Amino acid sequence: MMEQTKILKKKAIQIRKTALQMIYNAKSGHTGGSLSCVEILVALFYGVMKMDPKNPKLPDRDRFVMSKGHSVESYYAVLADLGFFPVSDLESYCQFGSYLTGHPTTKVPGVEVNTGALGHGLAVGVGMAIAAKIDSAGYKVYVLMGDGELDEGSVWEAAQIAAHYGLDNLVGIVDRNKLQISGRTEEILRLENLEQKWTAFGWRVIHVDGHDIEKLINTFKGLPVERGKPHLVIAHTIKGRGVSFIENNKDWHHKVPNDEEFRMAMMELDEKLKELDAHE
Amino acid sequence: MSEKSKMASRQMVAQALMELAREDETIVVVTSDARGSAAITEFFESFPERAIEVGIAEQSAIGIAAGLSLCGKKSFVLGPACFYSARAFEQVKNDVAYTGANVKIIGVSGGVSYGPLGSTHHSLHDIAAFRAIPNIDVILPCDANQAYAVVKYVVNRERPAYIRIGRNPIPFVHDQPCFEIAKGYVLRNGSDVTIIACGEIVWHALKACEILSKEGIEVTLIDMPSVKPIDEEIIINSARNTGKVVTVEEHSVHGGLGEAVSAILGKNFPVPIEILGIPDEFPVTGRQEEVFSHYGLDSVGIATRVQAFLRRLTHGR
Repeated sequence: MMEQTKILKKKAIQIRKTALQMIYNAKSGHTGGSLSCVEILVALFYGVMKMDPKNPKLPDRDRFVMSKGHSVESYYAVLADLGFFPVSDLESYCQFGSYLTGHPTTKVPGVEVNTGALGHGLAVGVGMAIAAKIDSAGYKVYVLMGDGELDEGSVWEAAQIAAHYGLDNLVGIVDRNKLQISGRTEEILRLENLEQKWTAFGWRVIHVDGHDIEKLINTFKGLPVERGKPHLVIAHTIKGRGVSFIENNKDWHHKVPNDEEFRMAMMELDEKLKELDAHE
Repeated sequence: MSEKSKMASRQMVAQALMELAREDETIVVVTSDARGSAAITEFFESFPERAIEVGIAEQSAIGIAAGLSLCGKKSFVLGPACFYSARAFEQVKNDVAYTGANVKIIGVSGGVSYGPLGSTHHSLHDIAAFRAIPNIDVILPCDANQAYAVVKYVVNRERPAYIRIGRNPIPFVHDQPCFEIAKGYVLRNGSDVTIIACGEIVWHALKACEILSKEGIEVTLIDMPSVKPIDEEIIINSARNTGKVVTVEEHSVHGGLGEAVSAILGKNFPVPIEILGIPDEFPVTGRQEEVFSHYGLDSVGIATRVQAFLRRLTHGR
């Protein structure tokens, strides 16, 4: 295993532990979706995006929009780990008066836009990508969406506009974990065929294993593969990934682990860390 | 103040944007298939790279404008007030106001400007809606001069704003462009009653004052373009002088200028207040002036209702 890949795999487990710790402490959060997008976040923030945690407003930074704002715990955990703000502040997550609210806001260094209401992020990302084109700036815009979020009509509005403007500096990512709060996405409101839909909307679609950090990094770094088109990366994931009894279970959309569940989850994640070390 | 010369506010808004865009490369406009209604066709021709057409997609127009502003642009979104204050409301609340993106929304054809097209095309709730959101100014210029001044003023104010203008050519109330945030403008001085009005109905209130003056009633008329933040001092001082206040607006009687004024006076200097606006119903079909006349919001209607209000105060109901 490449050294960097191994470091990032461990990083992903540590981010999961931090996210679960935050949810457990706060007795509030979105466990399933936070765990499903960890590798996507780790790939982007540690392996792809240009940014400076000491200068969050660096003009030419790549932009990240967390359109599935409920997956905030892993997002905050990543930003804190990178040094955008002190890791110890995570203890205040969702506590009275904390700047670390239960959905992302720009009070948090590194967060570009307040999200939480689904279907908003892509349009904001389109605006950012148009601004980059106007300024002939080199930065890219990444928008992470949930798959259930694609039920929102506003996503498709923004998708049409992105294609119309040929925004090849815009990357949409779908965390395709196939579950939303009430059940399976295909039962709540059929989404497939997603590739055909986005392709018909004028996007270039790429599938990737959303838990394979190396593949994710290589995919993102290879974009755009087609000039003049926005790109959609469908990242195939498992909701609740990393903790066996949380995985692929809709009830964990925003369920909070009790003492025993928390202990078991942390134990399982620690085991995984040990396994990675054993491969050395 | 000539009744003969009229101009639509959108013409002067467009002119102000053209002037600003020539000097400032960060000015961008976003619209949703409304370049004609917003009078920005010339802007699209002059600055094509800074004129963003999103199609009939008001939600995206606001989101995109937020994205542009977060990347250093000064974004102006122009389109029908009815759609931006309702369909795109969540984007205004979250992407613009909550995020703090420096977006200015210019709602054109506001109030009942679209007249007989019906309530889908009316925005009689926009003041109430946007007043209830933190971190966004709510401004209703009363004529083309003031509309021009508003655009020139807010461009240097780094926070979101909603600016509502009408559609039709209207008389000038102000001889010169004049606007400051949170400032009311005294158009007439009188000691019998205060009228506070905002937006393009101010002209009708002004004419009502002339009618009332002939009846021996002298009015202090305040033009209040900045509904939020509002000029509290001028409201309280005028209420102290006259002891009675009437508000006039092209808006529902709920949640608009009238309730903003009432809240201030209720707290600081309670006096009798009459709120004149569109009652709690979807309005009758008709052109703007017919609707005004029907609800007693034209000059004669306002004058009549002010007199009735004063009579009630003197003689009881």
